[in-house]
Amino acid sequence: MSKEETSTLNPSSRQTVKFYQTGTFTVGNRLLDEEFRTVQATTERSNSLDSGHRACQGCGQALGARYALDAAMRATDNKIIAANATGCLEVFTTPYPETAWSIPWVHSLFGNVAAVASGIAAALKSKGDSTTRVIAQGGDGGTTDIGFGCLSGMFDRNDDVLYICYDNGGYMNTGVQRSSATPAAARTATTMPVGDNPGSSFNTGKYLPTIAMAHEIPYVATASVHDLHDLERKVEKAMTFRGARYIHINVPCPLGWGSQPAFTIKLSRMGVECGLVPLFEAENGQLTDSTKIRYRIPVEEYLKLQRRFAHVLKPHNTHQLDAIRAIAENNIKRFNLL
Amino acid sequence: MLRQISGSIAVAEAIALCRPEVVPCYPITPQTHIVEHISTLVKSGQLKNCSYENVESEFASMSFCIGASAAGSRTYTATASQGLLFMMEAVYNASGLSLPIVMTLGNRSIGAPINIWNDHSDAMSVRDAGWIQLFVESNQQALDVHIQAFKLAEALSLPVMVNMDGFILTHAITRVDMPTQEQVDQFLPAFVARQKLDTDAPLSIGAMVGPDAFTEVRYLAHHKQKEALAVIEQQAAEFHEIFGRDSGGLIKSYFAEHSEIVFVAMGSVIGTMLELIEELRTEGHSVGILSLRSFRPFPANAICNALGNAKQAIIFEKSFAVGMGGVLASEIHMATAGNDLKISSVIGGLGGRTITKKSLGKIVECAMHGELDKEVFLDLEGTTVVKELRRQQEGQSSGPVAENILRDMGVVSASKTL
Amino acid sequence: MFQVRIHGRGGQGVVSASELLSVAAFEEGKFSQSFPSFGSERMGAPVQAFARISDHPITSREPVMEPDMLIIQDPTLFNAINVFEGANTDGYLLINSAKTPEQLGIEDMTDNYPPNHVITMPATELAVKYIKQPKPNTVLLGAFAALSHMVHMPALEKAILEKFPKRIADPNIIATKAGYNLIKQKLEQVQEA
Repeated sequence: MSKEETSTLNPSSRQTVKFYQTGTFTVGNRLLDEEFRTVQATTERSNSLDSGHRACQGCGQALGARYALDAAMRATDNKIIAANATGCLEVFTTPYPETAWSIPWVHSLFGNVAAVASGIAAALKSKGDSTTRVIAQGGDGGTTDIGFGCLSGMFDRNDDVLYICYDNGGYMNTGVQRSSATPAAARTATTMPVGDNPGSSFNTGKYLPTIAMAHEIPYVATASVHDLHDLERKVEKAMTFRGARYIHINVPCPLGWGSQPAFTIKLSRMGVECGLVPLFEAENGQLTDSTKIRYRIPVEEYLKLQRRFAHVLKPHNTHQLDAIRAIAENNIKRFNLL
Repeated sequence: MLRQISGSIAVAEAIALCRPEVVPCYPITPQTHIVEHISTLVKSGQLKNCSYENVESEFASMSFCIGASAAGSRTYTATASQGLLFMMEAVYNASGLSLPIVMTLGNRSIGAPINIWNDHSDAMSVRDAGWIQLFVESNQQALDVHIQAFKLAEALSLPVMVNMDGFILTHAITRVDMPTQEQVDQFLPAFVARQKLDTDAPLSIGAMVGPDAFTEVRYLAHHKQKEALAVIEQQAAEFHEIFGRDSGGLIKSYFAEHSEIVFVAMGSVIGTMLELIEELRTEGHSVGILSLRSFRPFPANAICNALGNAKQAIIFEKSFAVGMGGVLASEIHMATAGNDLKISSVIGGLGGRTITKKSLGKIVECAMHGELDKEVFLDLEGTTVVKELRRQQEGQSSGPVAENILRDMGVVSASKTL
Repeated sequence: MFQVRIHGRGGQGVVSASELLSVAAFEEGKFSQSFPSFGSERMGAPVQAFARISDHPITSREPVMEPDMLIIQDPTLFNAINVFEGANTDGYLLINSAKTPEQLGIEDMTDNYPPNHVITMPATELAVKYIKQPKPNTVLLGAFAALSHMVHMPALEKAILEKFPKRIADPNIIATKAGYNLIKQKLEQVQEA
């Protein structure tokens, strides 16, 4: 598809009626009349992340990245440069000599993607190019742990970069180890379910969206891959701001979570509906909006589909289950989710 | 125009003449004055179309350079010592991605013990990183070689590190001839990247390369550095033509071809050596100097030829590999294998220890009498060392060396005595 | 080549003095070099700075080991370090003190110098008078010019104007002149006598 064709797409050409994407509520785009279809179903949509990449079945990150980047492309008339941290997304998209990216894309290191993106933005600025925009993306390890210093620096300088974190709750690329975004109680290769308090410890970890808000950057949002329209809207909105922006996308990982590939969308939604994955937006450090839970479900419904939480549902670990319920409860209050 | 300014200011103004488009910076002694002055030049509008950014670490600084350079900008930064180590991962990455970044290294030692003064430990710690590493003898050369560095980096698509002795050069106020903008523009045209991040021609940079192609990629990097040997010489000649000065190049011989005893060294110590050999030569002694101006690529052939007539080479180094010895000395051994040459390794100037003409003179005197050991630590304070070794032999060997020495002297810290 | 070593304490403008000296020599078409004793200097800590002046390019990078001119900006240093180390006793010695070498108890050292090569002067007092700050460096630079003739007043003035904004440069130039005139008169009186 040529540049001219994609640029004729109207960024707002999304369906006006809101449908769920999967499960019993699914309304497939292709079943609708053409005029009601979303941009996702058109043959003219951009394909920033093309097919043929090496992601696992049911990879939430592959889905999230593709929709996020395409939304950003629509919002900028296809003027996007992306920088990528080391991690699954980098590895599965660029098995040399192939690449799945049809946009200018660079990978440097694990912990420096925010600074690399800042450098690109600085280069564009010095060349007087204000139309080309920059996206930095990485997993939760590359964002909340090893890349945190560079990310905080990018926020501090308010560099014109949208940072997207695909949070699957651990270092999945290296074989499922704990990151500071691993949820409490989750089993990983470095937080095995042994002892009195199995899995990742409670009262540890950090939640980057609120840390991003504390930097008082123009825009912060969280999203989840079960609601791609919401994700796209947030990315497009992010592109209307100048300066540092942050979007944190919850992406299920069948390998790391011990879940069925077919459940990626389902789990993504359940995480939100049980209160463990709050969806909200913030501008300049202030919460502006949050997505209400439509059908609240108990956390155990969400946990039981993931082997990483299997130990939590055993009778002797009810204290863990209670603690996870409390986290959901706290999220609901804090972000006004009901 | 002739100016009497510090090495740092001279370099900063030379950088500005090169019209860099992106300059991230992070302070570390002794390079800080360079980036401070560039900041002023940008703010005052003297350096136009340049994004100058204060970043949060050296790691971020080099990463920032990587992004900017990949996006097709002429990019510069400066660091030293611990800062270089902190950015190490990105240093390797920049050369691996073939990005023509220019960086000043205000050479300084590496701790612990922490030490802010000059030696070459930092430069030597990145000798395998794939960067071109040039050394300068004076502030005029520092200024000139930075201008050449951009042209070199962009011609080869490789990062270039200009090594400039911290304090000794950065803080010294000397006469320099500052070229005009017209001269620099004539020598250094605007940067046009061969490959860059461009929405009109999308490209993936930095893919994962597996065992099937990694060897070839690394070999080609090696090959490119070897090609650089000719380019460095060629550009130094071109520079000479436009600016009328002999700066840069691979090596510089000061009577090396016609001398029996030849010092081999890098950086500002050449200046002190020059004074010494001038005196010695007036007295009729056959002593010369070989200044290594390009350390990477390593000009093995040029060195071998320049030392062709020498009987003894004194390799003077401001750093060494602990447990091995002088790195340069071992590389010179390799370069001159087959020559009938006695090689001695002299380690001096560590952590800012003054290198005096007198001490260097004693080294030459020893060499003249055939009494120079294979490995010498210049002006080593023997008593302290012997005492500490004895103490260690008695079985009390744990703890940091510097603090142990203090304890031996009856001092617990700088202010307390036992 | 004429080599200068300046001793003082952090905050007394020791490093600036060496810089001004080298710039003044440069203004007169000479080759010159100046650099400080490097370190994490703090106010009050002993500081050294060096300068070399020559008709030919200077390549040496070693600190000045055998100064032809030794400037002591702070006489309390006599008790702290051996400021005289390596001093060329055919050269000059310039000390910021209202006392005589005998009163300072350094006559063992100063007796080695030729007559009229050792000067003590109340530079801090003059500095306080003219620049309202106890920074004796520029007064001593004026004295340096009168004593050694290695640089001259117009070049020193130019160097000061180049380094400092006018409001700081102007009183410093007056202070430099005061130092110069004081020593010039002193030397003339001795000559007449």
